[in-house]
Amino acid sequence: MKQWDGFKKGDWTQEVNVRDFIQLNYTPYEGDEAFLAKESERTKILWGKAEKIIKDEILTNSVKVDTTKFSGINNYGPGYLDKENELIVGYQTDEPLKRIVNPYGGYRMVKNSLDAYGLEMDETCEKHFNEYRKTHNQGVFDAYTKEMRLARTAGLLTGLPDAYGRGRIIGDYRRVALYGIDFLKEQKLIEKANVSGDQIEETIRLREELSEQIRALDEIKDMAMSYGIDISQPAKNAQEAVQFLYFGYLAAIKENNGAAMSLGRNTTFLDIYIERDFKNGIITEIKAQELIDQFVIKLRMARHLRTPDYNELFAGDPNWITESIGGMGEDGRTLVTKTAFRFLHTLTNLSPAPEPNMTVLWSESLPKAWKEYCARMSIETGSIQYENDDLMRQIYGDDYAIACCVSAMRIGKEMQFFGARANLAKALLYAINGGIDEIKKDKEGNPLKIMDGIEKISDEILEYDTVVENYSKVLESLSKLYVNTMNTIHFMHDKYAYESGQMALHDANVHRYMAFGIAGLSIVADSLSAIKYAKVKPIRDENGIAIDFKIEGDFPKFGNDDDRVDQIATGIVEQFISELKKTPTYRDAEHTLSVLTITSNVVYGKKTGSTPDGRRKGEAFAPGANPMHGRDENGALASLNSVAKIPYKNICQDGISNTFSITPTTLGSNEKDRINNLVGIMDGYFGQQAFHLNVNVLNRALLMDAMEHPEEYPTLTIRVSGYAVHFNRLTKEQQLEVINRTFHERV
Amino acid sequence: MVEGRIHSIETMGLVDGPGIRTIFFLQGCPLRCVYCHNPDSQTMFSKRRITSDEVVKIAKKYKPYYKSTGGGVTFSGGDPLVQGEFLVETMKKLKAEGITTAIDTSGYGDNRYYKEVLNLADIIILDIKHYDNEGYKNVTGKSIGGFYKFLSYLEDFRGTIWIRHVMVPSFTDNEESIIKLFNQIAHLASKIDRFEILPYHKMGIEKYENLNREYVLKDIPEMDREKAKTFEDMLAKMLEQERQKYRIAKEII
Repeated sequence: MKQWDGFKKGDWTQEVNVRDFIQLNYTPYEGDEAFLAKESERTKILWGKAEKIIKDEILTNSVKVDTTKFSGINNYGPGYLDKENELIVGYQTDEPLKRIVNPYGGYRMVKNSLDAYGLEMDETCEKHFNEYRKTHNQGVFDAYTKEMRLARTAGLLTGLPDAYGRGRIIGDYRRVALYGIDFLKEQKLIEKANVSGDQIEETIRLREELSEQIRALDEIKDMAMSYGIDISQPAKNAQEAVQFLYFGYLAAIKENNGAAMSLGRNTTFLDIYIERDFKNGIITEIKAQELIDQFVIKLRMARHLRTPDYNELFAGDPNWITESIGGMGEDGRTLVTKTAFRFLHTLTNLSPAPEPNMTVLWSESLPKAWKEYCARMSIETGSIQYENDDLMRQIYGDDYAIACCVSAMRIGKEMQFFGARANLAKALLYAINGGIDEIKKDKEGNPLKIMDGIEKISDEILEYDTVVENYSKVLESLSKLYVNTMNTIHFMHDKYAYESGQMALHDANVHRYMAFGIAGLSIVADSLSAIKYAKVKPIRDENGIAIDFKIEGDFPKFGNDDDRVDQIATGIVEQFISELKKTPTYRDAEHTLSVLTITSNVVYGKKTGSTPDGRRKGEAFAPGANPMHGRDENGALASLNSVAKIPYKNICQDGISNTFSITPTTLGSNEKDRINNLVGIMDGYFGQQAFHLNVNVLNRALLMDAMEHPEEYPTLTIRVSGYAVHFNRLTKEQQLEVINRTFHERV
Repeated sequence: MVEGRIHSIETMGLVDGPGIRTIFFLQGCPLRCVYCHNPDSQTMFSKRRITSDEVVKIAKKYKPYYKSTGGGVTFSGGDPLVQGEFLVETMKKLKAEGITTAIDTSGYGDNRYYKEVLNLADIIILDIKHYDNEGYKNVTGKSIGGFYKFLSYLEDFRGTIWIRHVMVPSFTDNEESIIKLFNQIAHLASKIDRFEILPYHKMGIEKYENLNREYVLKDIPEMDREKAKTFEDMLAKMLEQERQKYRIAKEII
């Protein structure tokens, strides 16, 4: 094909194989950022307009919603902000920031969201939809058991994707640019024809899904055509490559409203097109940067309709448009290209912002200049997270990407069934209270039993062995319940809210992960440590439920690089994943586990009674795998080392999130030292098999001032567990939690 | 094995010596600096003890962080030179592990061990409290003689030196003082990597309340950071000129 002129040919020309194309054609870049260009005039005008409407939306706390129709890849006409200056086009609906109503996850969610903004759905649409169409949510509740409902109500299992889109699927959007829709459709038809075997459930489902995918490909093509752009053939230059890739992503966010709608790993791929245009003399650095800047502007304007409850969990309208950047190739060449720099440079050209969720894949072998540039951008913008490429490459090869915050998967070859998290701190209280919830009561106000078969502990002083034995029973029973709940959810999601557009950009036979999660790990570790090394006396109410704990004596706390307690934390995750693996999964998905809370640690805390580590009822959990606030006594590296001990491969293989905040003056006396030290922290941390680090370089005083004068800090961006957010958009509680969180500072 | 008296450990020291450093704050200081932000580390009494082996064991855990940044262990205080015997023993063991050491000191300690400490140390971070005896006494309660003693030992030191000075408004925030401070150490210029001015701040003030001690400087404002920076820049220039002279002198010889 003539669009491929100038590219080195290989397997990729015969079959869908983006990695092969990249490996044969990309140019690693080991230099520094000096080549980067400023934003173009067009970008300046466009971003000015975009920023204004983005700010207005936040200030007025009102949203625009298209209430005349329901979601779909090609259900909305073309939309523009400033046609003249838009180099990359396409919005979810016919107007920027106008949101889509997606009813397939669950209608009540839609209703609550619209109510919150005083909006109403078109009456006919609403009536007919509810009359003739069943949703994912209805399916799930038809099949939930009593135990599943109870666990959900009590907050033992929370954030489950049973009423909205599951997300965490990354389409290989690069395929649209490299092959064009026609080639992809042809391949899908072949894949479908090749499905063999009897029509049993598995094959019936696969054939049906492939047919859906083929229709979705047509819709993507038609949607692009509504903008006057033909994507049936491969992209012939860099501008088309960015545009086609973006159309692939746009289709995904028109069709789905998953919490995390991630982008993949695109900079190395796009760089090949930019380099070819340079060779052909049809691009300049300003133009190359302009393409990336404008692409990022579009990503910053993606929106989904959410309920107030959802915002309380995940503030700031996050979409986890995660772009994985850099890393190393299996052959030892770096995958960092000039476009990796261009992508981070949007934080300078536009402004620091939470989206896209910039995720740098860290390896000790990365070029020094790149490491230093990343560190500098972290210090300046607080918008970057880092994940260990040396760990992930061993498992996923070198063409994987991160979905959401920390979930790795091979692009176009693997997907995950998102599973939110289980509250293991609450589970520990169940071990003590015989499966009875410490807060939730039944309708008559009597104690509510969530879990059967657990004997209440009535010791005056808690015995470590007794608690551990009971806790094992709780984890065993919880694991079984959790897997079965997830099976129910994803069965129904596939059935009622299948992501045909995204799955069309995958191979026919994908490997699936079922991603379970943990909240409250540091609380459990510290609680068990307190029970083991100090004296913990439960204070019980009239029903014999422990509602508080009196602790006598000192005990080792997670976050001090002290093996006595760090091994308890490690033991818990090992035990939990091995219990989870005992129950088979829907579609033979591979069980994985994460330690990640995002901002929901505040809400989990609210729903959990006092714990044996001294944490009070209602107090926020530490985010992700972080140690609890103020318990690390030996400084930040001890805290990082504790977290680094939690094993990734085969244990917490869906990621271990750690958020690290430091004041600029603590990080070093001058800019050069700060950069050198931050690079050293990352090399040292990841060098011992640690998985993830969110980096914030800020002053506590600045955050306090931003709380009082939000108008003066419109772009102040901070990293919370797994995503970045404008500080102003956190709830007051979340802001306080961030401020109270251990800040590493030098007095 | 001699036990050391220890105040606390900071595993992420990023400003006390080059690179990422594990800082062992040793307990006890002969000086009573009016602005000391760790007054609880001044007394020689401490319940918390540590052995040299324990120091090495802890430090080894942070080796991955030292590697890429040129970091290592820093002994701070109090004044680490007070516990000379423990210091020497520990530094020897660290050296055997390939871990570099820095000593963060006011130059006031047990002079029987200065020679050995300076033989083992890679970096000396020397805090100059004042340039004359009267001022020194006002700030620290001790005469400047002890400081001069340590300074004389530094002439044979083969490692790198960082100089520091806490600048308090109305004490030394003027050019004349800067020149006099510099003159104290000018002869060591070829070994000096940087001369830092630490602007006086009041963040340690509550600790005095907790210890039931009077905070002498309560009426003095915090030092302006910008102003401190201009003095620091001035010192950097003086340092560069002095090094230049040294290089020329060396060439002539």
